[in-house]
Amino acid sequence: MIDILKDPINWIGDLLSTWLVGLGLLPAFVTFLLQLLSAVILATTLLLLTFILIWAERKIVARIQDRLGPNRVGPFGVFQTVADLLKLVTKELITPEGVDRLPYNIAPLLTVAAVVGLWGVMPLAPTLLGADINVGVLYIISIGAIGTLGILLAGMSSNNKYALLGAFRTVAVMISYAVPMVLALLIPVLLSGSMGMQAIVVGQRGAPYFLLAPVAGIIFFVSSLAEVGRAPFDLLEADSEIVAGYNIEYSGLKFGMFFVAEFLHAFTISALTATLFLGGWSGPWVDLYPILGTLYFLIKTSIVYFVVIWIRGSFPRIRIDQMNALNWKFITPVALAGLIFTAVAEKVAVELELQRVIVHLGSSVLLIVLIIVVLGIYARITRRQAKAPAIAG
Amino acid sequence: MLEPWIFIGLLLGAGMLLPGVAIVANWLLSPKKPNAIKQSTYECGIETVGETNVQLKGAYYIYALIFVVFDIEAVFLFPWAVAYKNMQLYMVLEGVLFILILAAGLIYAWRKGVLEWV
Amino acid sequence: MLSLLQIAFLVAAFLTIVSAIMVVTTPSMVHAALWLILALAGAAVFFIILNAGFLAVVQIAVYIDAIAIMIIIVVMLTEGATRQQIRQVSKTWWAAAIAAILLFVGLIAIFLQTPSLIAEAPALVMSQDAILEDLGTALVDVNRYIIPFEIASVLLLAALIGSIMVAWPLVKGDKKEEVEA
Repeated sequence: MIDILKDPINWIGDLLSTWLVGLGLLPAFVTFLLQLLSAVILATTLLLLTFILIWAERKIVARIQDRLGPNRVGPFGVFQTVADLLKLVTKELITPEGVDRLPYNIAPLLTVAAVVGLWGVMPLAPTLLGADINVGVLYIISIGAIGTLGILLAGMSSNNKYALLGAFRTVAVMISYAVPMVLALLIPVLLSGSMGMQAIVVGQRGAPYFLLAPVAGIIFFVSSLAEVGRAPFDLLEADSEIVAGYNIEYSGLKFGMFFVAEFLHAFTISALTATLFLGGWSGPWVDLYPILGTLYFLIKTSIVYFVVIWIRGSFPRIRIDQMNALNWKFITPVALAGLIFTAVAEKVAVELELQRVIVHLGSSVLLIVLIIVVLGIYARITRRQAKAPAIAG
Repeated sequence: MLEPWIFIGLLLGAGMLLPGVAIVANWLLSPKKPNAIKQSTYECGIETVGETNVQLKGAYYIYALIFVVFDIEAVFLFPWAVAYKNMQLYMVLEGVLFILILAAGLIYAWRKGVLEWV
Repeated sequence: MLSLLQIAFLVAAFLTIVSAIMVVTTPSMVHAALWLILALAGAAVFFIILNAGFLAVVQIAVYIDAIAIMIIIVVMLTEGATRQQIRQVSKTWWAAAIAAILLFVGLIAIFLQTPSLIAEAPALVMSQDAILEDLGTALVDVNRYIIPFEIASVLLLAALIGSIMVAWPLVKGDKKEEVEA
């Protein structure tokens, strides 16, 4: 009985596998069937999870804006999203003339598949991991950018110049912010010595990597927010600017799928930040009861998701040229500097046998002081340049 | 050896099939009344003027290019980061040299002014 | 009866060859770029079948996510490229087909006579994790690949500077337009 409580999902898996092998099927085929079943269950759970995510976002943003949010359909408005989905399902699928049929229809599927594929390598518990590949971090980078491809297809195949412009702007922002994201992802790999996600979580037993490299954690979080297209980086698909977005010519559930992909992607990056920088499933007693790992993982992810919604409700939108300037002139140099500092600090700590956490915190403080000094010099130069024409003219 | 990759393939397939099923359900349940106005291109309610393919700015190319260069740099740095624990200090500094050379490229692009989004 | 691996290889090979043929024969440039993405994904599947997971994700991350998107942007930047629909097959295609078939048959004959190419691949000496770590150490080891590693970064820097120089009139032209407009 205790075995079920300790690790229910693996216990059910073992039960099913022994039953199927008893029926006379080959063990390899049984493994394949179980993998198929778990893939379908994972994908369905994620797509159904968006109901709760959208409801939570609407309620929290409403409270930040001092109003109530949906509260009529069901207790606390929980079924509001279901009602919206049912409405979307009965909308007519208007396909404008002149669109490229195949890319137009594949684009929403590709965007959703890219986000669902990210959960294949997410460690949910010490014993619960979809695919334990040893290149998990690079896999996240590559599959995440397939979503970018989906948006590009959507914009190009709609026979509409605003969709095209909007899609290209979105893709330009996404690939620009992928640069610091990739550089920040190098740091957990550096500190744990492996690219596999499970190994990174196991390596955080001593101290979560957010303590060792807070700058990298914040850079990863901020650039992932820009990748997803959430506020304050949501100029390209904001509610008041929807005309210039890549999904103008989509109606009904095709548009709904883009919407679902965006919310799920926001939740996924919260999960990634929690796994890579906050310790994933690690916590007290997780060796004895692996199922507690899933609980810790969900708690940490929800906290980060709450911060994502909080940021959405608090900051104004920034313009596209401000977005690009911020990325190339501030975040990427800081990411490069952070990588160099962490690499040198870790080696110095090991060679001189000092306390790891203290050395890393020291290097982060040094980095932040350096950033503030450089920003101060830059501000002084800009101020002098702004004053000079007034004096001369 | 190939088992994790089969799971990933199945998950990507499921990720494409399930929305596909939902969209087919939408197609079955929706009314189908096409007419010329509904199917014309959307332009804030006005009639479409001019070609539907526009000229892009040079800035898009520059961002894509810098992304390619930094992507390849990251691909070289990942094995370096994986082998970090067994490296001595001089090996770490060689990797840092690699990063600094490419940071110089970024600074060049910055000073040339091609990173502006006009 | 074919093993699962061989079936996967045949399916991926068929997909890649069909995509490659469509890349060179389709009249629209944008469609050619999209078929190219499918061909590159087929190559990534080959890497997975060959037990090189790292190279498969590198293929997707570099080719599909960076280079294919850059190709699409360059196609859209070219004036009127999306309107061009050129017939892609020349009149003397039968001569080219005969030459290609002769070359193919000749190469297969030569390969079949080389014993090392048709032997079974030896089992991997190290585990996957150890291979990745060894690659990392090899890249910075003084006795091995440190010089190509640093030259690669200089090469990337040269490519970056060269492309910015090439694209400089394009960017300057945009800026002048914006200032005058």
